[in-house]
Amino acid sequence: MSELTRLTLSAALEGLHSGKFSAVELTRAHIDAIDAVNAKLNAYLVTTPERALSAAAESDARRAKGEARPLDGAPIGVKDLFCTDGVRTTAGSKILGDFVPPYESSVTANLWRDGAVMLGKLNMDEFAMGSSNETSAFGPVVNPWRAKGSNRSLTPGGSSGGSAAAVAADLCLAATASDTGGSIRQPASFTGTVGIKPTYGRCSRYGMVAFASSLDQAGPITKSVRDAALMLSSMSGHDPKDSTSLDVETPDFAAFVGRSVKGLKIGVPREYRMDGMPEEIAKLWEAGVEWLRAAGCEIKEISLPHTKYALPAYYIIAPAEASSNLARYDGMRFGHRGQGGSLTEVYENSRAEGFGEEVKRRILIGTYVLSAGYYDAYYLKALKVRRRIAEDFEAAFSQVDAILTPTAPSAAFPLGEKQDDPVAMYLNDVFTVTTNLAGLPGLSLPAGLDGQGLPLGLQLIGRALDEGTLFSLAGVMEEAAGFTARPDHF
Amino acid sequence: MTIDAATVRKVAKLARIAEPEERLDGLAHELNGIMKWIEQLAEVDTKDVEPMTSAVHQTLPMRDDIVTDGARPEQVLSNAPRADRGFFVVPKVVE
Repeated sequence: MSELTRLTLSAALEGLHSGKFSAVELTRAHIDAIDAVNAKLNAYLVTTPERALSAAAESDARRAKGEARPLDGAPIGVKDLFCTDGVRTTAGSKILGDFVPPYESSVTANLWRDGAVMLGKLNMDEFAMGSSNETSAFGPVVNPWRAKGSNRSLTPGGSSGGSAAAVAADLCLAATASDTGGSIRQPASFTGTVGIKPTYGRCSRYGMVAFASSLDQAGPITKSVRDAALMLSSMSGHDPKDSTSLDVETPDFAAFVGRSVKGLKIGVPREYRMDGMPEEIAKLWEAGVEWLRAAGCEIKEISLPHTKYALPAYYIIAPAEASSNLARYDGMRFGHRGQGGSLTEVYENSRAEGFGEEVKRRILIGTYVLSAGYYDAYYLKALKVRRRIAEDFEAAFSQVDAILTPTAPSAAFPLGEKQDDPVAMYLNDVFTVTTNLAGLPGLSLPAGLDGQGLPLGLQLIGRALDEGTLFSLAGVMEEAAGFTARPDHF
Repeated sequence: MTIDAATVRKVAKLARIAEPEERLDGLAHELNGIMKWIEQLAEVDTKDVEPMTSAVHQTLPMRDDIVTDGARPEQVLSNAPRADRGFFVVPKVVE
């Protein structure tokens, strides 16, 4: 592996700035790395090397003229959920198998505006519905990490498994991702990377293939906390093309990394101490508490009483929104069209052939809970429980500045292990889904390894629009954790 | 309440997804498993709670009702399964 691909985004930008290497050299190193290992990991669905090299050359020219932009010359990967003008975008689904968007998502447009270079499109669970990348129509991504002394392929998590695996395996400096119930944070935890889901509305959803619109948020997966701050500052910003995009200033998030956290109050929610939590995760959580205490934070036990109802509420709300959002895939204007004797048959066959099993399952659940006679009992009930969960956080944030929890209930598990049990798979998001329902920012950072040598993450949850505090806290924890392990087994 | 094959058939029809008869029982079993797990929401007291329909406190922004984009028929049709002379070609709708 080239030394250049091992760099963090921050270090690479520093190297470009000081002239140690060019954007073309940096990009070439990443293209070579992808060529060498992507067949094993299945992280990239599409690579765009010519486009990357020409963008890198333009970047070098800008830098030579003294016109370098914030991310100029940084090669990154893009989750295949973001529409990229002229580059196939599938959302991991056969139904969009040949879709080539004639327009660019706002999040990626922001990154190109800032000089970033696209290496290609990253694999994901179909329509972001999954926690292991196994629902992708293009086959699962393989985690570059393996358990000590084992050859078994592990999941990188999902749905942003391609993004997380590519960052962990040095196949890009950073990647875009998206999070509806934990799809940035759980893969980050499973691959020893940093991921943040910002406040709902921080990043525009324009051009991001919709799953559950009231929950979907874009965010980055990166190698360091500072890198995540750099990426998020670029990806964020008000966009009139998304009516839920917040009209607020985007802070320079990187300026928060390295700030003192002395005097901040940190909540530790007792309801997250679940029965059957692996001892190693409980211990690591305790270590995280001690790192923050040592940095001058005040630790408080708090209660988020409706935590256990978050996942069941999510599995009404998200499928309900998905069943409505995915109604657009009817085989008429774009996407796969099946055969049939009548219009209805064409619709039914297009969707039966185009969607995978998990997506169909969720559309059926969503259609069921919205259907006559069940709407009040399920959908309306879930929206009320959602408010209860948001109120839990409001009460907590009157006492504390941020909340510390584990990111996921386990380390990466073997591919194939949970495929047959939907509810067991859904439980992966037990610690992350609450912030989607409440619209709050959540950041996962690698905190240590378990006994098998696999990474485990801790999650920081903040007040709405207070990502800055999360970056300060994460910076302190990153330094205390001293996480330097690498997945060198692929 | 339990989901049976007839319910799955009806819901699949509503969702416009062709599900062969032989899959209906299996799907009913799966969906029941999920819905049974969801039933625990009934334990939550939601009396007088307003449904939460948006993740942020925000009023919907308004803008002037003017055309901001368009006149790009080739791009609009570029991903169509079938198109002809500036139109989408779709199966016959009216018999």
